[in-house]
Amino acid sequence: MAAEKLQPILAGRNLVKRYGRVTALDHSDFDLYPGEVLAVIGDNGAGKSSLIKALTGAAPPDSGEVFLDGKKVEFRNPMDGRQAGIETVYQTLAVSPSLDIVDNLFLGRERLKPGFLGKWLHMLDRKSMAAVARDKLSELGLLTIQNIRQPVETLSGGQRQAVAVARAAAFGSKVVIMDEPTAALGVKESRRVLNLIKDVRDRGMPVVLISHNMPHVWEVADRIHVHRLGRRHAVIRPRTHTMSEGVAIMTGAMDPNTHAAGAFALPEGA
Amino acid sequence: MSNDNFEAVAEAAGGSVASFEPEHLGFGERLQRFLHNYPTAAPAFVLLVAVVGFYLIVGSRFLSAFNLSLVFQQVTIIGIIGVAQTLVILTAGIDLSVGAIMVLCSVIMGRTAVLMGLPAPLALMLGLLAGAACGAINGLLITRLRLPPFITTLGTWSIFFALNLWYSESETIRSQDLATQAGLLQWMGVSFNMAGARITMGTLTMLVLFFGMWFALNHTPWGRHVYATGDDPQAAQLAGINTDRVLLSVYIVAGVICALAAWALIGRIGSVSPQAGQSANLDSITAVVIGGTSLFGGRGAIAGTLIGALVVGVFRNGLALAGVDVLWQEFAIGLLIITAVATDQWIRRV
Repeated sequence: MAAEKLQPILAGRNLVKRYGRVTALDHSDFDLYPGEVLAVIGDNGAGKSSLIKALTGAAPPDSGEVFLDGKKVEFRNPMDGRQAGIETVYQTLAVSPSLDIVDNLFLGRERLKPGFLGKWLHMLDRKSMAAVARDKLSELGLLTIQNIRQPVETLSGGQRQAVAVARAAAFGSKVVIMDEPTAALGVKESRRVLNLIKDVRDRGMPVVLISHNMPHVWEVADRIHVHRLGRRHAVIRPRTHTMSEGVAIMTGAMDPNTHAAGAFALPEGA
Repeated sequence: MSNDNFEAVAEAAGGSVASFEPEHLGFGERLQRFLHNYPTAAPAFVLLVAVVGFYLIVGSRFLSAFNLSLVFQQVTIIGIIGVAQTLVILTAGIDLSVGAIMVLCSVIMGRTAVLMGLPAPLALMLGLLAGAACGAINGLLITRLRLPPFITTLGTWSIFFALNLWYSESETIRSQDLATQAGLLQWMGVSFNMAGARITMGTLTMLVLFFGMWFALNHTPWGRHVYATGDDPQAAQLAGINTDRVLLSVYIVAGVICALAAWALIGRIGSVSPQAGQSANLDSITAVVIGGTSLFGGRGAIAGTLIGALVVGVFRNGLALAGVDVLWQEFAIGLLIITAVATDQWIRRV
């Protein structure tokens, strides 16, 4: 059994982060297992963002350890995390509106033509980038976007978010983190992004979803990490806990240990 | 089990999500979209109208190969400086010091060659290095001290110009001295005749420069990063782009291009004058703006600047041939600028 035991793909242990006298992370743990959507919920100021930033390298923790694939890692900036295979979709989209979809997908990691043109003239390999972009978008069922050469600003909010998600899914080799991906979207567009999240998960990529939207969380998450007062307060499941119970645990109105399903749910096989 | 009705509501809404409403656009909106995708279309149209218009007013004198090549000669300096200015404006900045950098570099080239007696190629190199140094000063002030580009380059404009007056001792270097001691510096003025047109090396250099910058902006990662930095710097940073490095490189490249313009300036006027090229600052911004590049950054095309410079050149030349007073030339250019900026505001609302 020991050999077969499921190991977390991304884990944090005893993470501490202080900003002046404010303790944003107070010895928090974190576990993301392969193939799951793990939602992170918590009240404003609970330290969700600090937790994510500690894991991705955007704001390295003061103390504590981060493990990727069981190996200890120390990310000093978001690029470190990205290079190790952790892609983050930010709340503020992080796409360049006037660049087209292909350029946005490859922004910061462009491909160059082989041979002289690439080596000496740094010429972009437009064809291969467009081919990869088309592949990735159709894998995610996004080829409703007809022209991958159209500027991102001509897309709707949902489509833009889809481009950002596609970029993360295309390049994230290990983990995709989404920070409030539906916060700015309408009902229909949110639905589209939720389906995307499920698609990404079904393709085997674990997803961390930070969201305030309980119905969305309860719809797509396999497990829910409840963050409270800078720590992991509980890990619950949509199947065992109702939304009201989740909110009660999150706000401190309910002790997670009193619930029949227990306070720390593990995925099957772990 | 979840006992909430949220999900049912969401499911009900789910059916028609994947489809996007077909768009029914009026002519105005379609034009707006079109200009949005092809920002150089508007100035190209204006250029075409201006050429046809002046042909009808002035006659074949205007459309002669010689006169058209003259227009190109007249816009050479502005065109070259315009390339530098486009680059800076694409990053949502502005460079008011371009004219001063150009004059300073031309004085450095001239004095090191004629008064210090350095070999002309070395003098040329020194001038180009000085351009790079001026650009680096602008870039460092903007990226390290986080000063707004407008204020930074307003300050360095004065500083570079003062340095120019000090180093040149307000003296002009005569054309004959340059010709005997440093002919290379006048190379940009060398011309040849082709089918009645008189084409100078300066004009050719400008065209090569436009092509090179078009390639760099559209077909290299650096070019994409310049656009991304001007478009939304935060998004660019989140995508892993070092925007400070991009900005610094942009100002340095702009400085080198200004030094190239200095060489072209010497070729055009033959001599080196510390008072030459005074109008280059505003003229270059005019060319960029008329060319459809947005002052808000991230939007525009280098080809537009060439067209913008040509529009200004054609208006000046055509109105002069038509015998219109210089003040009305300025009036027309002013109208063009305002129209161009208003068009840009409209286009950006897509």
